[in-house]
Order: sequence, then C-alpha cells, then structure tokens
Amino acid sequence: MSRVGDDNLEAGRAGPPPSYRRRRAVAGAAAAGLLSSVLAACGSDGGGVPTLTWYTNPDSGGQAEIAARCTEDADGEYVIETAVLPREASQQREQLIRRLAANDSSIDIMSLDPPFIPEFAEAGFLAPVPEDVAGRVTEDVVESAIEGSTWDDELVAVPFWANTQLLWYRESVAEAAGLDMSQPVTWDEIVQAAQEQDVQVGVQGIRAEALTVWFNALIESAGGSIIEENSTDPSAIELGLTSEAGIRAAEVMNMIATSGTAGPALSTANEDSTATAFEGPNGGFNVNYPFIYPRALAAVEAGTMDASVPEDYGWAIYPRVDEDTPAAPPYGGINLGVGAFSQHPDLAYAATECITSTENQAYYFVTNGNPASDTTVYDDPEVLEQFPMAPTIRDSLELAAPRPQTPYYSEVSGGIQRVYHPPSSVEPETTPEAATELINAVLRKEQLL
Amino acid sequence: MSTTTLPPSEKTQPVSAPDAKTSDRAKSERKLGWLLAGPALVVMLMVTAYPIAQAVYDSLFDFRLTDPDNRSFTGLSNYGVILSDWLWWRSLLVTGFITLVTVAVELVLGFALAMVMAKALSTIRPVLRAAILIPYAVITVVSAFAWQFAFDIQTGFVNSWFGWVPGISAETDWFGDTWTSLLVICLAEIWKTTPFISLLLLAGLAQVPEVLQEAAKVDGASWWQRMRKVTLPNMKAAIMVALLFRTLDAFRVFDSIFIMTGGANATESVSFLAYRQTISRLEIGLGSAVSVLLFLAVVFIAMSFIKGFKVDLSQTRGDA
Repeated sequence: MSRVGDDNLEAGRAGPPPSYRRRRAVAGAAAAGLLSSVLAACGSDGGGVPTLTWYTNPDSGGQAEIAARCTEDADGEYVIETAVLPREASQQREQLIRRLAANDSSIDIMSLDPPFIPEFAEAGFLAPVPEDVAGRVTEDVVESAIEGSTWDDELVAVPFWANTQLLWYRESVAEAAGLDMSQPVTWDEIVQAAQEQDVQVGVQGIRAEALTVWFNALIESAGGSIIEENSTDPSAIELGLTSEAGIRAAEVMNMIATSGTAGPALSTANEDSTATAFEGPNGGFNVNYPFIYPRALAAVEAGTMDASVPEDYGWAIYPRVDEDTPAAPPYGGINLGVGAFSQHPDLAYAATECITSTENQAYYFVTNGNPASDTTVYDDPEVLEQFPMAPTIRDSLELAAPRPQTPYYSEVSGGIQRVYHPPSSVEPETTPEAATELINAVLRKEQLL
Repeated sequence: MSTTTLPPSEKTQPVSAPDAKTSDRAKSERKLGWLLAGPALVVMLMVTAYPIAQAVYDSLFDFRLTDPDNRSFTGLSNYGVILSDWLWWRSLLVTGFITLVTVAVELVLGFALAMVMAKALSTIRPVLRAAILIPYAVITVVSAFAWQFAFDIQTGFVNSWFGWVPGISAETDWFGDTWTSLLVICLAEIWKTTPFISLLLLAGLAQVPEVLQEAAKVDGASWWQRMRKVTLPNMKAAIMVALLFRTLDAFRVFDSIFIMTGGANATESVSFLAYRQTISRLEIGLGSAVSVLLFLAVVFIAMSFIKGFKVDLSQTRGDA
C-alpha cells in the first residue's frame, strides 16, 4: 500500500517518468487484488464455523459473557458475537425493525422488550419456534414471561430474564408512619405516610414508556385493561380507558401527582432519577426495578454513599389501587427472538437454549441484577445471598401484568404518553375520554401522534 | 448621507455564457464545464433529488413498514390528515418560535462577535477566532446533553448557581414546562450556532471596501452613520446568506428537542413530528407527507429570503 502512495507522490513532484504507466498499471493491479481479497473475505463465511450475531440491549457486560460461554459450550458448532443496540427500548425496536424490513440476514438472535414482540411476530420478522424448543424453554418459567413471549396463542420468542417493579421503602420511614409492610399496601396509604413523614414517593411520570408502565399497573390493579378487545385490525381494537377501572387509575395518578409527595420533577422523573431521589435525604418510597439495590451497594463500595442507606432499604410487593383488589406489578425484562431472515435459525434456537439455561440466568441475575424468568433460579443460594429480595421478586413476577399485547403497541403507548402527561394534568372526568378519542383516531389513521 | 456602495461590476454575464453564435472556444468551455460539474450534479441528483421524489411518491400511500402487504394508494389524504390536525399547526408554531428567537439573537450576537474579531489585534485574532468557534465544533447531540445536564433539577448546577435570581430555586424543573423547556432549547441552539453566523458575517465585514469607510470618515460621518450607510449595505449579501443558512438550519431543529424533552410539554418541532410518524410509528406514507410539507416550508423560506433581500448572488461574485 505504501508503495502505491510513494509512487504517486514521486510522480506528483517530478512529473510522469517514462515508466509511470507501467508502474501505475502494477499499482492498479495490486489495488484490485487487495480489494478483491477483502471483498472475498467479507462475502464468505470461509466454510468454517457459522457466526451468530446476537443483538443485545446495553447491560453491564452480562450478555457478552453469556455469549462467550455459549460459544465455548457449542464446541465449534457455532460462534456467538454480540452487537449492542441503543439504550431506550423504543429505539431498540426502531433499529431492529428497519433492518428486518430490509430482510437483514445478519440478525440471528435479538434481545426484545416484551411489548414489541406481537408487532415483530405479526410482521413475520421472527422465525417460528420449533415445538421441542418451545417445550423446553417454557419449563419452570414464570407465567408472565411466557405470556410476554406469546402472540396469537403461540410461543414466538424465548423467555430470558423477567423484570418487575417492587415497592422500595425506607424501613425507618415506614416504621415511623406505622405502616405494616408485611401486609399489602395501597397507594393511598403510601401517600398518606409520605405526607406525614415529609418524604417523597418516587414514581416515573416522564413522557416515555415508563409512564405507560405505571399507568398499566394502575389500571390492571383496578381490575381493568388498557385494551379490552384486541384485534389485528387496528380500527377494531377496543380500549378500556373509560371503564370504571380506567377512571380509578386516573384518579390514583392524579392523587399522587397533586399530593406534593412525588417531588418537583415528577413530569421528568424516570427510573434513574427516582432511584437517585430515593437515595437522598427525602427518600421514602419508590416503585422501581431491582437494579436500585445493587446500585446502592455499588455506591457504598465506591464510597459515595453511607452504608446506612441501603441498610435501611425495605422491599414489598407493588402497591395496589384498592384494598380489595390485588396489585398488578409491571412486567418487563427481555425475551429472545430469532430473526426470520437468519441463515442459521436452527443453530440460533440452539443458542437461545444455552443463553437461557438456569446457570446462565443465575449468573446474569447475580452479576447484572436482572432477575431470571426461570423460577428455579430463585432457589440458588448465591442468588439469595446477593439478592435477599429474590423471593419477593418471584412473587411479584407471578402477579405481574404485561402491558397490552398488540402489533399497534407503539400507537397505544404513544397516545397514553401524550394525554396522561404531565400526570398533574390528569382529570378522571376528561382524560380517559380524551385518550380514547386520540388513540382511536390514530389507529384509524385519522390523526397524527 | 445616502447609502454608499461600490457600483456593480460591468461584467454581468458569466464568462462561459455562449454568445448568439457560439464559437468553438465557447463550445469547448461549455463542454468542460459540464465535465467538471457533471459528476457533482449526478451525486446531487442521487442523494437529494431521488429521496425527495421517493418521499413525494410514498406520501401518496397508506403504507406501514411492518405491514407492507396492505399498502394502498390514498392520493392526497395523508396531507388532509396532517393539515387538519392541530398537532401539525402547533409543531409549526413551535418551530417558527424557535427559529425566530434563535436567529434574531444570533444575528445580533454574531454581528457583535464578528466586529470584535475584525477589530481585534492581529496577534490575538487567531486565538479569538478559535475560542469563538469552539461551540460550533461541538456535535449538536453532545451540546444538547451538556445543556440538559446543566439544567437538570437533580444533577444540574444551574439551580444552585443561580438560586439568587428571582424565579429560580432548587425546585425549578426547567424541563417540566413548555416555556422554560423552550428557553433552554433556544439557549442551547444560540450557544451552538452563533459562531457560525459570526463567521459568515466576518467574511462580509472583510468585503466592505476600506476606501468607502475612509471617504465617509472624511465627510464627517459618525460611527453609527458609517455602520448604517456604508457597512451594512455593503454586507447585504453576507447577511442574507448568514440569515438564510441559519433560518433553514433552525427550522429543521431536532437534536436538542429529542435529547432535552423528547417532545414533551408541547415542544415538538416539525422535524420531530416527521420522525415520530416515520420512525416510531413506521407509518411511511404519513411520515413522508410530513417530510414533504417540511421540505416545502424550507423552499418557501429560501425563496422569501432571496426575494425579500433582492440580492442576486451571481452578480456579487468577485466584486470584493
């Protein structure tokens, strides 16, 4: 390469020497040879071990480590390489869909957020799950994770890790307020306790997916659903926002937002900012994912937080809307989809079985703080030692309610985020009606979102 | 004192313009012109004209990316949906507001900075220019994150540093309200792109003939009179270019809004609206129609500027 460059330089200084044409021809041939060998290297898999590309959501390196472990276990049958997707779930969806719509065969395995799975399945972007694989990957798996991987009564993805929100509280605050946290608590009780103790209730009021997550938990706990009648025809979808449960959910959201306990930044509060507020002197209650526990321990280890803070952390099942209705905690996590255009779907499914093995889920839970969908992991002594709240997480997963499953989830969630934001503007008399009108119009393609 | 500019150049026709009877030389020059400009023209057609034509075509369909089988021709109905929706008009108003405020402030600030750079001592001039240009070198997304972090209610420093200012306290949530959100978005835009406008105006200042300034001084014109009657009229083309570029740029504002508010609190711009329909909702038809309307708005702005300023850029070439 450098020779070609030197020749050009020389030619530029002294004008074309007599042998210039010959040398230029040689340089051209060398460049063409190099280009063709590069293209050949790109275009073939060399007939060697097939490489599977796993598109992962950002984490603390756990999925990359599992990929390395499974590559080793495959003993030369396949190699798993990881490619990291954007941080936001909605952006992960956008990137994957654009590639899949162009029949991208490089997508072998995908880490998918559950609410987007129906859309991928309906568009034909997921390779069908072989029956024997479906039987094995749903063994001992929590019901909410199976539900999240199912579309049209068929398993279309492999449950990997299953997340849920708990009610985190400061034991000192709950004690001072006289709350019995061993019993189910309601949102009213928490807000009242927080007002008495002058502490904050951390909820995610930002105009983002987190707001839909919160609203879904409220309406499900009140005994309703965002979508009452599902359909693949968008104009036939019936919403339940104006139902009694929908109105009750709006009442609770309004009550929390206007109680003065949700903090001044409720309309921009996400999971991270509410975790930060919970760590501070005004921290009282926070509905959040289990990551906030290892986060606090890491801060103590780094010397940025006093050890007494996480020692004061307590956890319980997510609050319920009314005393006589059960809680419906948010369900999240990641399930694995196999790309419909993958050149090795059989190997990809074999890889998903390795990735979701009990050992790997336990490893992922302990090192990255992401709870397993496999119930047997919760009996692992190492998991119990690192996450004393593991049994509560398992109970919460059993109660958890997935967000509405529809290929038009993006429209439904976007409509809720637009009308129910900021939470302080939510009026039980008008907001459910306005949201229903907007979402219906958007689904009928009569309005923008 | 009347406005003073140098008379226009005698040579108003491009050198390569063919006469009525095209000579061989003119023919070969024209051929050379096409050979030189041709590749650029082809590239322009590929990267600009083709996507625009594709967007116009797609905008006539009901087409969802995840449901390509149900694609159907709907004519202009996508445009009807957009133009009858308050969201479109609100986004247009927000975009217009951001454009107006940022461009107006940037013009004044940019001109002041350009004057400072033009008058600064030659020894410190390079350092000064580099210092002024630094914000423009920062990627817009990075700048948006920096401003967001600065104003964040929990981790930002603005509330604690400026707590003494009436209306600002530890509980001021800048991104929790429309006007405060727009204020921060505008500030970020102004900080980021004022250097660009000042650089263009500096080039314009350098084009003002010194001989006219001296003549005005001899006639006893004050600084303000020289500015109004000599400097500004001779910078007309530069001012128009600066304003036009920045207005078009500001009208397409996206990054700052995406990072800071995500479109919450009615801070959505037209570009953001196009992004949401096309990328988030995957409604390619509807999103393309929004993009086409955005394109038409940009063309309208460009035409208005060129007509409004009455400047023929081809005539001002090489006058300096």
